Amino acid sequence: MSESKAGSETRGGAGPVPDAETGAGACPVTGQPPAGQSLDEAPERPPVTDWRTDWDHLDPRWRDNPFPIWDELRKGPIARTERFEGAWLPTRYEDVKAIAYDTEHFTSRRILLRHKKYEDPPLPAPPITSDPPEHKAHKQVLLPFFTPQEVGKLEPMARRICNELIDDFIADGRCDAAQHYARHIPVRIIAYMLGVPVKDSDLFIRWIHEILEIGIVDDEIGKNATKAMRDYFRHHIALRKEGRSEAEPDGPEPDLIRVMMDGSLNGVPFEENHVLGTLNLLMIAGIDTTWSSIGAAIMHLGQHADDRQRLIEEPDLMPTAIEELLRAYSPVTMAREIKKDVEMGGCPMKKGEMVLLSFPAANRDPEMFPDADKVVLDRQENRHGAFGLGIHRCVGSNLARMELRVGIEEWLKRIPDYRVDGEVRWSDGTVRGPRTLPVVFGPVAFG
Amino acid sequence: MKVRVDPERCEGHSRCHALAPELFALDDFGNATAVGDGAVPPELEAKARLAVANCPEYAVEIAEDAG
Repeated sequence: MSESKAGSETRGGAGPVPDAETGAGACPVTGQPPAGQSLDEAPERPPVTDWRTDWDHLDPRWRDNPFPIWDELRKGPIARTERFEGAWLPTRYEDVKAIAYDTEHFTSRRILLRHKKYEDPPLPAPPITSDPPEHKAHKQVLLPFFTPQEVGKLEPMARRICNELIDDFIADGRCDAAQHYARHIPVRIIAYMLGVPVKDSDLFIRWIHEILEIGIVDDEIGKNATKAMRDYFRHHIALRKEGRSEAEPDGPEPDLIRVMMDGSLNGVPFEENHVLGTLNLLMIAGIDTTWSSIGAAIMHLGQHADDRQRLIEEPDLMPTAIEELLRAYSPVTMAREIKKDVEMGGCPMKKGEMVLLSFPAANRDPEMFPDADKVVLDRQENRHGAFGLGIHRCVGSNLARMELRVGIEEWLKRIPDYRVDGEVRWSDGTVRGPRTLPVVFGPVAFG
Repeated sequence: MKVRVDPERCEGHSRCHALAPELFALDDFGNATAVGDGAVPPELEAKARLAVANCPEYAVEIAEDAG
């Protein structure tokens, strides 16, 4: 389906990818990393010289503007790197989808691409780290709490949170929309759903930063944050066993801690490792990702006054527009570990190597999405995979959508005119979103 | 026109339900099913096509009049 309507250009201005002109069709040669590349000795990452054979999603160029890199890589075979103990990077929609569907050759037991695999076996975080056949039951225990109908009950609270946050900075005429707005919305809601005090939110944000960003290259910090989070949930489980809890007084019944404590498979209660793994996952997955989406949407609308005006004038467009913003600014990249040797598009993938499954790159594939680099708010055909494809479709997708929609709606009600004013800084690592987003509004911006 | 959701393919993205709640219901796990026998009144045919075009799993199908 062609989109004739002009959309807003979203691709950054970086030049072509250096050294990526090696011939398409052949698989990149695999080999040994250059000497001195070990992250243990060298916290400074060597810059990428050839994205096709040495890609690195932690490189600052990827962080700041990955789109030209992906465009170039899509022209060739699945990209390879010797970093991360050997990993592959599909960037075409079809390749990402094929791997996401192939649970025979690819396991989800490791979903974070780290500089080295420090745990064996890795700690489970069901259902995201589960494979068939257990996966289905691990996911079904959670799904009833995340249907559109259930998350709809949280919408009034989401609107209240958004307005309280805006109250705090609206008189200033400026704010950091990532730090002062987007980041606080999902964390408060998931804390409420889990059954822990909302006032602990800053603690959760710190742990997640230590796991998803710093922890990818610093084992100690990542491990310590994971342990702290597990201890935190252990404490809240222990309280419930004594008939107490620190959940918000008007919180849901049952809360998600209770759901997991009472969960069982074929009559056998979930093991502690399973319960803690799922609770950690719910907190990690429920915060950074949606924070990123809300921030990116506010950034886009601050940079594209025409789109912003259109959304204000045509509120019915919101559900379609949300999907388009999710496509264009998909935050989440997931990894897989190769379970059995397999050849994909001529590339020999070996057991034990990793694959970085870039849903954001897939969602910018022009073969799948005409004008893929443009945000077309009323895009009619949009089978984006921002929430994954196949069995690992994000459990919280309906919650994320609601938070994103409410986050934009409340912002536009209170701050219909604003612009981005200063440098936008993006996160490092697996979840991509603005971490600094300075905006000005009111008289400061337009007076 | 009739719509159908392939239960083997549906992963509960709930895009069809969001676009055409008159035609698609969700079960307790958030997976979609066609409402009733899936029959689409003429005024909802455009919505049905939209639901097909937005399913990431290609789980929503249209059966042009089976007669």
